[in-house]
Amino acid sequence: MSTQLTEPEQRTDESTTEQPAVEEGEESEGTTIPEWATESEESPGADDDESVRITVFRYDPEVEGKQEPHFDDFYVPWEQGMTVLDALMYARDQFDPSLTFRHSCRQAICGSDALFINGRQRLGCQTQIADLDTPVRIEPLPHREVEKDLVVDMQHFYEQMDAVDPYFRTEATEGGEEQRQSRENREKIKMSTRCIWCGACYSSCNIAAGDNEYLGPAAINMAYRFVMDEREEETIKQDRLEIIEQEHGVWRCQTQFSCTEVCPKDIPLTEHIQELKREAVKKNLKFW
Amino acid sequence: MSQSYDRGLIEDFGRWQEFSAGMWAWVLHKFTGWVLIGYLFTHIAVLSTAIPAATGDPAIYTGTLQSLEQLAIVRVLEVGLLSVAVFHILNGVRLLFVDLGVGLDTQDTSFYASLVLTGAIVVASVPTFISGAF
Repeated sequence: MSTQLTEPEQRTDESTTEQPAVEEGEESEGTTIPEWATESEESPGADDDESVRITVFRYDPEVEGKQEPHFDDFYVPWEQGMTVLDALMYARDQFDPSLTFRHSCRQAICGSDALFINGRQRLGCQTQIADLDTPVRIEPLPHREVEKDLVVDMQHFYEQMDAVDPYFRTEATEGGEEQRQSRENREKIKMSTRCIWCGACYSSCNIAAGDNEYLGPAAINMAYRFVMDEREEETIKQDRLEIIEQEHGVWRCQTQFSCTEVCPKDIPLTEHIQELKREAVKKNLKFW
Repeated sequence: MSQSYDRGLIEDFGRWQEFSAGMWAWVLHKFTGWVLIGYLFTHIAVLSTAIPAATGDPAIYTGTLQSLEQLAIVRVLEVGLLSVAVFHILNGVRLLFVDLGVGLDTQDTSFYASLVLTGAIVVASVPTFISGAF
């Protein structure tokens, strides 16, 4: 069932209701009107100068005719500062209420809307349409089972995250005293704490795609966050290193840098994985 | 949860045009590694045919190698072998630095550098390998 949707009349009042909050970088490009938006589009359905075509992956196992994965085109009126998530929401609200995707905070913190946009894992809410080539191709995260449209099964990713105990553990909470951390140590783990569990890195990882047991960049980064945290005791650190130095732990990383490149929070994932590799080696080195 | 759709290896080699520098480095490193392993066995096979030379007749060894070197295709393959080996060495050094945590921010630059250096060395070697072959 291929949908050829015509555009409704221009709704200028839309712009005031939706103020996409784009944080940290990437916002500068949004202020310039891109070339394709000012030129007149020749494609059918684009009767408006500033409409943008998005091509969205569709699949619905429960609806006859949508069980075969296909792509639907939507023509969405572009406005300054519009993100991919805004475009998707417009398409859902105006054209097809069955269009399904995850989103929540719209400001790159909840990690719900990691999508495969123009061949790269990005957050829908953080990606300016103006920065992309058109038509914008929106697909669910690769290497995940698709549940419906852009919704993928994240269960395995969460299991990998849980495997590294992604929470603070300490033996010294009896007295109830503060757990103090030095400024230097906080700086060291700063970037690793920014993970929003969106799964972009895991989806981009070629090794994780072929090896289901591999912990993946996000989980190893989470391990890094606690291994490097000086507030945890040495015994707990050793526990953590034992998890990540297993066969399908850090050693599966082959430094393709895919995860580092797609991470929407700019976490230097490969660097963290490499550092844990060195920690794992140091743990097992004995000079006697 | 009724049913889901497995898109398979959607992101892999079909999308080679979108590969990043780090990915290309990985692909080329694997490829050159396998070529070098293949060469190793060919190398052993060829030299083992010259083993009778060890019994006292150096002419067999010389003859084997000279007849090979007269073939133009062998000369060309030698250039190929050199390029594969040089890239593998240079990228190996790059990976060594990556393992040591040095220059991770410039890993794409170092990959391009190793490519350019490989190209330069191979071009410079062509006169030596090809001279007299054609």
